[in-house]
Amino acid sequence: MLASFVGFELISKVPPTLHTPLMSGANAISGITIIGALVVAGQVGDEFAQIIGFLAIVFATINVVGGFMVTDRMLEMFKKKDKKDE
Amino acid sequence: MSEFLPASVQSFLPSIIQLVYLVATGIFIFGIKRLGSPATARSGNQLAALGMLIGVIATLFDQQIVSFEFIIAGVVVGSAIGAVAAKKVEMTSMPEMVAIFNGFGGGASALVAWGEFTRISDPYLFSNQDLITIGLSILIGSITFTGSFIAFGKLKGFISGNPVTFPGQNIVNALLTIGTLGLIGWLAVEPTSVLAFWLLFGIALLLGIFTVMPIGGADMPVVISLLNSYSGIAAAMAGFVINNNLLIISGALVGAAGLILTNIMCKAMNRTLGNVLFGAFGGESSGAGPATDTDKTVRETTPEDVALQCAYANKVIIVPGYGLAVAQAQHVLKEVADKLEKRGVEVKYGIHPVAGRMPGHMNVLLAEADVPYDQLYDMEQINPEFKSTDVVLIIGANDVVNPVAKTEPGSPIYGMPVMNVDEADRTIIFKRSLSPGFAGIDNPLFYSESNQMFFGDAKDSLQSLSHALKDLD
Repeated sequence: MLASFVGFELISKVPPTLHTPLMSGANAISGITIIGALVVAGQVGDEFAQIIGFLAIVFATINVVGGFMVTDRMLEMFKKKDKKDE
Repeated sequence: MSEFLPASVQSFLPSIIQLVYLVATGIFIFGIKRLGSPATARSGNQLAALGMLIGVIATLFDQQIVSFEFIIAGVVVGSAIGAVAAKKVEMTSMPEMVAIFNGFGGGASALVAWGEFTRISDPYLFSNQDLITIGLSILIGSITFTGSFIAFGKLKGFISGNPVTFPGQNIVNALLTIGTLGLIGWLAVEPTSVLAFWLLFGIALLLGIFTVMPIGGADMPVVISLLNSYSGIAAAMAGFVINNNLLIISGALVGAAGLILTNIMCKAMNRTLGNVLFGAFGGESSGAGPATDTDKTVRETTPEDVALQCAYANKVIIVPGYGLAVAQAQHVLKEVADKLEKRGVEVKYGIHPVAGRMPGHMNVLLAEADVPYDQLYDMEQINPEFKSTDVVLIIGANDVVNPVAKTEPGSPIYGMPVMNVDEADRTIIFKRSLSPGFAGIDNPLFYSESNQMFFGDAKDSLQSLSHALKDLD
């Protein structure tokens, strides 16, 4: 609940220019589910569960690594702009 | 990894991990906050990535985690795929990329729930609440997974951008949704019923396809934003399944952020979310409103003519749209703008909030082409200026400049805020054909007296315009 409220506070002021990077950045954070994947893949006992966990890690890592890198690439271009203006 | 620590530390470990999680959450919030302003956005993103890293490392010290083969293999494979995809992708394909990453995130949450369900050999060890969160995690995660892939396909053009509908589709979807909720209930009461589990999984995957298929390509940005929100909620549900606070909080954060962003986007198009999801908006079937009496002749123009008009104008406004992105024409556009500025023409860019396939998509593209940030104007800022503008170059944009939205109450896009380009002395539309845009609505601007059409691929057209401008020197 609190987190939702904080989320609302954070987003409601963002200019449209940054919606794409923001969406992509928030998307990367949703890859936080990697932590759940770690817990499932890291416990011994059921081999099949570990394989599912492995798949979950692959999926989540794609989300996290790809998401943050792509966002960084986008934002890098805004940055370049700022330097030139100075 | 906890066994590497001294025994005295080990006993405090769970509390330490919780504390670190709290720190990571704080970093996420701070990171998202910094993402909200152009100057700090990049550091905000890096901060969020750092928060993620801290969270992952802390989790590795969890005493439940004892086997690392699968973890290392998974991280290596996933990182490699994610990194290569992120490096290779063209800036114009950004929306697709976000869609597909998001799909993987949702899929991962569903898998976490599935893994947890499989791992516990005696399902009766689960409480009812556990089973319900497992069910919800699978439901929302699977919808996100298949839905995102359909959205990706629609943006890429593998799947028709038109709404794909069949009679009674909304009813079928509603029944399927109720069905999945029923199955979750069944699972909660009867945790050993493997049938309920698989039915739930299957229907949820199907539901993702069915709910996104009927949505027109023009609405994909909203869908992606909504699916992004879903993947956050799915992560939060997975957090309940494995009892992990960091997951619950961050998931809720992303879920809320996604919902608000979705809402902002809907407002920019003057539509409700319900209308986007169930309206099957944007096909030939949606009609063009009352037929207009204007004569339907279009005035075609040549690069030389456009060059002359622009070169001797005082003020030129450029309105870019998705066509610019498709043609990868942002660099040539910048070249043309530079040539005009050298001649003393005032050049500005007017950006509609939903131009392109994602809000801010055009800003990213133009930033890539080194267009100065202060030349980009939002719709509200630029609209009063069209009256005093000599030439408006509309490049691959259509629906966002369609005056029908202001004049025809019968039109599906009536009420959507549009750029008032019709108030300028002259509009020149760069477009491949006369076909209506993604929303499938005819545009009377094409036939207006003050409008000229410049047919062709945006990049080729701009290149010939650039040459024509050179010849004027």
